[in-house]
Amino acid sequence: MSSQGDGAANAPKSMTIIVTKGTLDWAYPPFILGTTAAAMGVDVTMFFTFYGLPLLLKKLDLQVSPLGNAAMKMPMMGMHMVMPNIIGMLPGVDAMASKMMKNMIAKKGVASIEELRDMSVECDINMIACQMTMDLFEYKLEDMIPGIKLGGAATYMENALKSDINLYI
Amino acid sequence: MADLVLDAKGLNCPLPIIKTKKMLKDVPVGSTLEVLATDPGSVADFAAFCRTTGNEIVEQSQDGSVYRFVIRRAA
Repeated sequence: MSSQGDGAANAPKSMTIIVTKGTLDWAYPPFILGTTAAAMGVDVTMFFTFYGLPLLLKKLDLQVSPLGNAAMKMPMMGMHMVMPNIIGMLPGVDAMASKMMKNMIAKKGVASIEELRDMSVECDINMIACQMTMDLFEYKLEDMIPGIKLGGAATYMENALKSDINLYI
Repeated sequence: MADLVLDAKGLNCPLPIIKTKKMLKDVPVGSTLEVLATDPGSVADFAAFCRTTGNEIVEQSQDGSVYRFVIRRAA
């Protein structure tokens, strides 16, 4: 029996993450946990499906929308501002909010998604693009970054069944 | 004196940990890496990182807003 805490001597722990969302805010949790787990010696598999799939596109242009996002409070002039939905509906507001968020991210020393994704590739995270979503949204393998695999639910399940942690984000 | 130094000041979670892991590969087993960080979360995170990976924090201090960890590579 293996016990906890004796670290790297044991067979590595493993984790899978199903990545289903591709906005700038939702892209962070899977990449932060994936890269950190890999740094802690965990074998990581990330399965990109539906709106998470575009996170594997070569060129990322991630956006965040304040529309219907009542918890999105942006620091502004020492306060925290929530954007009313009626303003969030206007054209250009998403682009502005995304720009503000990216500026904040850079200013606070938070990694960009591009940076975290490069690290994910570098630390050999097993990245699987959902074949069904590729077909559904008409993406080609050459649109995606190199080093990813294609697979479906059974490929994910095979990994999930032998993993210590399985997350859905 | 540590054998190598990593300046992770100004970086936020999870970058200090990931850069530490990367640099530890260049540290011979049994030697030490000194990490400087300004992320207050790094105090809890470096402890957790070392407990999980078997590396050891042999020294830890704080100078103003800068946290300093000296980590000995286990394997």
